[in-house]
Amino acid sequence: MTNETHSLTNKSIPLYPAKTKLQVTIIFFVVLGIYIFSMAWTQRDMVSGLSGALGNMYRVIEKFFPPNFSILPDIWNALAQTIQMAIIATTIAAILTVPLAVLSAQNITTFKPLYYLTRTILNLLRTIPDLVLAVIFVGLFGIGIFPGILALTVFSLGILAKLISETIESVDMNPLEAMRASGGNVFQVIWYALVPQVLPQFTSLVLYVFEINIRASVVLGMVGAGGIGLVLNQQLKFYNYPNAMTIIIVIFVTVLIIEYISNKLREALL
Amino acid sequence: MEKLQLPPKPEKSLFKKIRAIIITILVIALYVWTFKNIDIDWGRAIERSIDNFHRVIPKLFSPDWAAAGKVGLAMLETVFIAFAGSLMAAILAIPLSFLAAKNMMGGKAVSTVGKWILSAIRAFPDLILAILFVVAVGPNAFAGVLAIAIGSTGMLGKMFSEIIESIDMEVVQAMEANGANKIQILFYGVLPQITPEFLSYAIYRFEVDIRASSILGIVGAGGIGTMIIFASSNRNWNEMGMILLAIVIVVTIIDFASAKIRRKIV
Repeated sequence: MTNETHSLTNKSIPLYPAKTKLQVTIIFFVVLGIYIFSMAWTQRDMVSGLSGALGNMYRVIEKFFPPNFSILPDIWNALAQTIQMAIIATTIAAILTVPLAVLSAQNITTFKPLYYLTRTILNLLRTIPDLVLAVIFVGLFGIGIFPGILALTVFSLGILAKLISETIESVDMNPLEAMRASGGNVFQVIWYALVPQVLPQFTSLVLYVFEINIRASVVLGMVGAGGIGLVLNQQLKFYNYPNAMTIIIVIFVTVLIIEYISNKLREALL
Repeated sequence: MEKLQLPPKPEKSLFKKIRAIIITILVIALYVWTFKNIDIDWGRAIERSIDNFHRVIPKLFSPDWAAAGKVGLAMLETVFIAFAGSLMAAILAIPLSFLAAKNMMGGKAVSTVGKWILSAIRAFPDLILAILFVVAVGPNAFAGVLAIAIGSTGMLGKMFSEIIESIDMEVVQAMEANGANKIQILFYGVLPQITPEFLSYAIYRFEVDIRASSILGIVGAGGIGTMIIFASSNRNWNEMGMILLAIVIVVTIIDFASAKIRRKIV
């Protein structure tokens, strides 16, 4: 009897159970295996392998420098167009998102089929990348900023409606119930009980989506949807790397500035 | 009946009033600037769309099943690019996030530098990184892997550093008081607190990267994007329909699986 207790107390207790350890080890090796396979697969087309490419990298990157800043005056228009595209798309999306977000919030739309329908449509919409939308709209409407604006609108609508519906689902339901109990109709309930609770987050999320749209709109031009990406694509096609580098730097600085402003505004809001 | 009276609203400070007015004016100015300068050729857009509508839309919804094999293979490559890229990013982001977290390396200067590095990386759109890497390592899928890896590092590093900043520091202090060294604190005090959330965000990033890597082929960085650009320049909308279907299915499956796994981890 004493012997048994002795062996029990002396046995070192592992930090994690053996089963967890086994699971973690198996998952680790599966992930590693897929990783090694992916690396091998993605490098199969490379002529001289990884080391050759990395050696090459320095020589090629050198071609981009020094950037040719003399083209700056010529790209302001394209840059302005890019920002305008993002502004218009964000605005339209912010307006269209209101009914969609309300319809896809479980606590407001109590009619289940309608809720599931809007949810499914939004989920499908969000699986399509922005550039693919742009490619389709360019095919439909021809080259220009209009397909770009449409692509951005549809793309950001999916994100925005989801984020805002989640915000709506997390509101305090008590004011809504109080409003309903004292005889407010659906629109009164939404306007006086829901809107004040959601408005700060709504503005913040719209700004966040605006950031995403700026980032997306700088590359939409690559497929012919207007803006600065169009200019960048042309320069790359002519192998004019110093000019391309200038455009890349301009994009970089623009994104940084917009992100900074939007961050400050959001901090002030919340 | 007596009219009900609402209590008076609290007085807003002058500073807030002025700030609100300035912001309103700026926003209005921004819109005026936008709508004055934007010129959309409505006539051409409408004419084109009437012309193209029956040529594009019905075909998108009747995918070209003959191309299914080709599309599937390209989509598989896309998944591999996203996987390799996001795993690389998850590993690269760890040291950077410790650098950027305020409560780890000590000193506000270090964390500010770390935060600047991360936001500088984030400012490059994925596609721009892909352009640079295509020029550097050639037009192949590996350029896509590198673009995804670097692009995701910025975002993951930011998320990771926020997680580190939110850990319970009392555990760390208790260990310090008991005489644990830095390595011990890292392994027994910090890592157990952050690992589940790190994993969760890394998996979430994989979801995002699937979408990102499906378009990288537009600049030649492998995956299904290459087919998108061919299909659109050949105006082969049936094939485009197939590609769209493949993207929608794969993204939906991965979103679903990742949500399941993340719910289990955290």
